[in-house]
Amino acid sequence: MTALPALSLVLPEVLLTVGAMALLMIGVFKKKDSTSLLTGLAVLLMVAAGASLVLDPPAAGTAFGGLFVVNEFTSFAKLMTLLGAGIALVMINSWAHTEGIARFELPIVVVFATLGMLMMISANDFIALYVGLELQSLSLYVLAAFHRNNLRATEAGVKYFVLGALASGLLLYGSSLVYGFGGTTSFAGLATAMASAEAGNVGVIIGIVFVIAGLAFKVSAVPFHMWTPDVYEGAPTPITAFFSVAPKIAALSLFLSVLMGPFAPMVAEWRQVIVLIAALSMAWGAIAAINQRNIKRLMAYSSIGHVGYALVGLAAASTEGARGVMFYLFIYLFMNLGTFACILAMRVKGRAVEAIDDLSGMSKSNPGIAMALAILMFSMAGIPPMAGFLAKFYVFMAAVNANLVPLAVFGLLASAVGAFYYLRLIKIMYFDAPRDAFDKPDFSTRMVMAASASLMIVYFIVPADLVSEAASAAQALTGR
Amino acid sequence: MTIGLGHYLTVSAILFTLGIFGIFLNRKNLIVILMSVELMLLSVNINLVAFSSFLNDLAGQVFTMLVLTVAAAEAAIGLAIVVVFYRNRRSIEVEDINQMRG
Repeated sequence: MTALPALSLVLPEVLLTVGAMALLMIGVFKKKDSTSLLTGLAVLLMVAAGASLVLDPPAAGTAFGGLFVVNEFTSFAKLMTLLGAGIALVMINSWAHTEGIARFELPIVVVFATLGMLMMISANDFIALYVGLELQSLSLYVLAAFHRNNLRATEAGVKYFVLGALASGLLLYGSSLVYGFGGTTSFAGLATAMASAEAGNVGVIIGIVFVIAGLAFKVSAVPFHMWTPDVYEGAPTPITAFFSVAPKIAALSLFLSVLMGPFAPMVAEWRQVIVLIAALSMAWGAIAAINQRNIKRLMAYSSIGHVGYALVGLAAASTEGARGVMFYLFIYLFMNLGTFACILAMRVKGRAVEAIDDLSGMSKSNPGIAMALAILMFSMAGIPPMAGFLAKFYVFMAAVNANLVPLAVFGLLASAVGAFYYLRLIKIMYFDAPRDAFDKPDFSTRMVMAASASLMIVYFIVPADLVSEAASAAQALTGR
Repeated sequence: MTIGLGHYLTVSAILFTLGIFGIFLNRKNLIVILMSVELMLLSVNINLVAFSSFLNDLAGQVFTMLVLTVAAAEAAIGLAIVVVFYRNRRSIEVEDINQMRG
């Protein structure tokens, strides 16, 4: 008689899987439009999954023959992903109704994408990693093209699909090389193999580089960022909000658990690659954003830059660095959700606008939104009374302590350049001539804006709890 | 001459490179890009099966089955996206994917 697999470890994933299928049934058999009902239930599912992580934290361990790992690191990353997905889902629902494209599949695809992300975060084997990543990616391609009568959205879908499939191919080729030259696909097995291998098995190193390239595509780090601006601009705004947080958090956590798990002994080989892509992302995110006219494109470059800063923490390859990345991701989550809530609020007489000039003089016509956006922009720029400053501070400190002073200095310079365009937005809002006032945003959008903006201040004043959570997550990852 | 692991790896590397070039150098049509993506995934399968046989380890072949399944799903979703794009643009030429610059 075989023992049951450790199902308590995979409770959040089981909830989402079974729940998504149940939702699909409800959607099929219900005659009337059930998007709102299904969105409500999907958010409940995510809350339940998150609650199962918080209220009854699973003991660290592995399930399914070592394919699936659970510890404080995965729980923290999953919690962030679920938060991002749940909040984005609420925004997606209200938007789908105003645009008249509410279809019941929308929340279900979001749930499947989230499930894929949770599987990625917990992957402890290259096979599990690939399956989770593809579940996530395939759902995201569909979401990008969900506004199917809209040319830009479908074009975004095509571009995302082609480049995403290329990225999956690179990652897969890398994992096949790692499997062939490392002898196993399991992270635990690879860790032992890598620790005992004489310095630098060339086949494995080439494999790691391919894996890094594939993952860099998914987190949109330079030089693999080409899809980001077009997809951000073309995809519907709340779906862009979802893209900019949940998949980034999941893919960056995966980045950490792959490189600092099985490949920790080869840090000297992969660190140079990460340093390079971190530096390029920070620089390109700061420079290319300056000339943008469309706020969603601006946010795309901004997220490229933020991924660069988070990768600085990974380049440090220490517990402190991992703590910095986790802290950064948490702050980034709320910064981005809040900013996208503000972008969603940019509607003039029922029509969505997205040019930066439309923000002109907003402090007079819509003081509340202008205030929230200004706080979020100060935080993105990393200016002290906001949590964005602390986020950058922790990753740069980790880099300095890991003897990567040039990278930290470069990051500081890039963030000074980047501050220019964030501050320009504030200048346009507060000092330019007012234009047409925006319509009053709905309740959920206002809540997200207000909550995110206030969290930026709260976490600057009392970051201790979050820092200690991030630190214990990082310890679970590195075991130090 | 016996055919060893190196030969399989070379074939698969050539196919993989053809797939990548197919995506980047192809300026004609989206269907060719979908075919290139399939080519990349299948070259990985050759790699995995060759390693699996060489290492006497079944994990590689299990991986291959999963890659095949996912590749099928990926092709289905890719074609669906191409179809919705065609409905809006009335074309699947690569040079007509030009609404947004970047």
